[in-house]
Amino acid sequence: MSSKPPNVESDTQAAAGTQPPITSTDPNGEAARPSMGGSVPAVGLRERVGGVDWRQYVVYIGFVLLFIFFSVFLNSSGFLDPNNLLNIVRQTAIISVMAVAMTFVIGAAEIDLSVGSVAGLASVTTAMAIGSFGVPVGIVVGLLTGLVVGLVNGLLVTRVGIPSFLVTLGMLGIANGVAQWITATAPVPILNDLYNNIFGSGNLGPIPSLLIWTTVLVVVGQVVLRKTPYGRQVLATGGNESAARFSGVKTLRIKLMVLTFSSVVAAMAGMLYAGRLHSGRFQWGQGDELSVIAAVILGGTSLFGGNASVIGSLLGSLMIGLINNGLILMGLESSQQQIVRGVIIILAVALARKRPGS
Amino acid sequence: MSGIAKAFNGIPVLHGVDFELKRGEVHALVGGNGAGKSTLMKILEGIYSADSGTIEVDGKPVQIKSPEDARQHGIAMIFQEFSLVPTLSVAQNIFLAREPRAVGGLLDDKEAERRTRDLFSQLGVKVDPRTPMANLSTGYWQLTEIAKALSINARVLIMDEPTSSLTATETETLFALMDRLQSQGISLIYISHRMEEIFRVADRVTVLRDGRVVITERVPDLTMERMIEQIVGQKMEQAFAWKERSVDRSGIPILEVTDLVSGRRVRDVSFSLYPGEILGIAGLMGSGRTELARALFGIDRISSGTVEVNGRPIDIHSPDDALAAGICLVPEDRRLQGLVLDHSVRDNLLLPLLGRIQQGGLIDDKRGTKLVRSFVKSLRVKTDSIFKRVRLLSGGNQQKVVIAKWLAYEPDILIMDEPTAGIDIGAKTEILDVIRRLADSGKGIIVISSELTELLAVSDRVVVLRNGVSKRELMRQEIQTEEMLHHVVQTA
Repeated sequence: MSSKPPNVESDTQAAAGTQPPITSTDPNGEAARPSMGGSVPAVGLRERVGGVDWRQYVVYIGFVLLFIFFSVFLNSSGFLDPNNLLNIVRQTAIISVMAVAMTFVIGAAEIDLSVGSVAGLASVTTAMAIGSFGVPVGIVVGLLTGLVVGLVNGLLVTRVGIPSFLVTLGMLGIANGVAQWITATAPVPILNDLYNNIFGSGNLGPIPSLLIWTTVLVVVGQVVLRKTPYGRQVLATGGNESAARFSGVKTLRIKLMVLTFSSVVAAMAGMLYAGRLHSGRFQWGQGDELSVIAAVILGGTSLFGGNASVIGSLLGSLMIGLINNGLILMGLESSQQQIVRGVIIILAVALARKRPGS
Repeated sequence: MSGIAKAFNGIPVLHGVDFELKRGEVHALVGGNGAGKSTLMKILEGIYSADSGTIEVDGKPVQIKSPEDARQHGIAMIFQEFSLVPTLSVAQNIFLAREPRAVGGLLDDKEAERRTRDLFSQLGVKVDPRTPMANLSTGYWQLTEIAKALSINARVLIMDEPTSSLTATETETLFALMDRLQSQGISLIYISHRMEEIFRVADRVTVLRDGRVVITERVPDLTMERMIEQIVGQKMEQAFAWKERSVDRSGIPILEVTDLVSGRRVRDVSFSLYPGEILGIAGLMGSGRTELARALFGIDRISSGTVEVNGRPIDIHSPDDALAAGICLVPEDRRLQGLVLDHSVRDNLLLPLLGRIQQGGLIDDKRGTKLVRSFVKSLRVKTDSIFKRVRLLSGGNQQKVVIAKWLAYEPDILIMDEPTAGIDIGAKTEILDVIRRLADSGKGIIVISSELTELLAVSDRVVVLRNGVSKRELMRQEIQTEEMLHHVVQTA
């Protein structure tokens, strides 16, 4: 190819304009490669930034702008007070935890609507097991609850072939119903202070334990998504399931795993609710699935799979918390808060949307 | 249509093409891939507009700027990938968006059903208009497409490879139906690679080659040899010349397939492949070429027959099994099956290799990037960054990424299904070279292609499939001309 024939695609599809202009004749393409030998990291960074457009960073920009906005206008109401800021983190922590696992689910182009109910169910089973058998058994029972529900979800999706939307919609009801049934809708108190402190109520020095849990899960989630074969395969499955399968990715197993992990993490969230509220109850987590999904989408994860960001989801979750907090400090009524929150979410997602064909 | 010319990005695809269709005529349009058939038809349908030239209907010049215009002039395309909604009934599909209305603007289902029944009786077929499309076979889908065209009073029907997805009986029904349409004064443009069908149904044939009409003639005045000669034309550029290679076939085959059956399309296939050999697989559309590749890669279920790799029988139930046995597949459709288009060159290339470049459970990004750079370089993938989304690459470069992905995997056997479809000639030549280099390094390569020129350029041996059966096997030396292979493919 030393003679360099014009590398314009003669394929009629491309010619019809369904594909953007070909860039292979771009002289930069030729020039960029030889220079790469020298300083790989620097070039790598520039390459990355060059290929990415600002829309992916809407959540980061939005977060900063909102933060500045509230800092300026709500300073007198105590927005910047460290206690207020910690409060935001505390209030969003459990959503953030579930959002980490949901990032994988949505990244694989699936959905899990049952997380809120599973959290409620796990809070109940954990509390009951702690009451009868002590903390260690309680923790195991809580996690097992998530594991069982997740496997059921995953197997129904991958073996029976029911869309995850429907499976988890059904499971939302089932998990909640079971939680009500085994407790006769009554709260189950947890009297063990150690458990309560570790799972949500206590602090480690000045740091709330909820913040530690969130940090650990976000870091683990980020590393798994970005640095492990599993994470890459999740995104490939979501990006093009067929191509992933033709590349040897076991796409069904990937889907089974994301749904299982989602429930296990939801169960952990339920255990955090239980520790924070010193009890298990079917209502803990109810309706959280919507906040979790909103946080993930706000964070730049594509609703159609293939692109995902754990850090983005965390920011999305914090941003929702920020909005809630700011609106309360502004003295808005709960009805007005809901409206403003809805508008901001739609606005952010609209800004982050790629234009068709771009 | 006269003097039709069209260029894409400055590259001419049609040079002053004249095409004439008489009332009640079946006019076949033939030519190799890229000859300009689809472009010409898309101009007639109003999907593209011609750069120059005129179109006349009933002797009056007309402007066709959109599919709606084409429909107004009674021109309708019978789509290959059917444009019907499976969940709606036959009648609902035919009158979709043009539903007959009753008083008050409500839908008049009775009227739609009555008119559907009329249309089908015109076709001589009995179908309950209320049947959901999903319950009907492919043959009926095509009939419904035709009925839909008739419902808008189409007088010219364009049929593109209409028999490729039909069974033998369905094909017979279609031919009978074409006779019937003809006798009603409807004209048909029939695009097909199947010569024997053309000789059966067409009155006249126009051969296109490189965007020009080579001949338009009455079918009875032509022989198959002459037609093939016209399609193939003068010998191709040097790039596609065959380079003879020597293959040692005395040892154990690297791959031996015996009596393979899979699905409806692969019915009895046997062949062997030796290390260092390039085996071409030829066959008409629907002959089971692609399905054979899918079966060997574990995508489709193998129902009987044996597959041996290096003399050891293996069970292939999933791509994982195939990969474990060292079999890789460059799939037919790179955009749907080969690539995650919104992921980067690097992520696509590494997808099958993640297990190998990990260290302590984490991906070794440095090693991965190095590996990717070396393959991007050796295959000359033109991209200004390995972090660029593959969607933004040209077709040829996308295909190179798919090939690179498997080269990096280092398979023993590489199956390539239409490896050069829809890519420019420069990249094509390069890919053919890569195939030769791979074979030289001792791998076994299977190339499936509908472009015989290309098949002849690289193959050491050619297996011809027909209706899912491996009918003929030819050493490359036995094939003197492309015409000869054409003939075998048509008649095997």
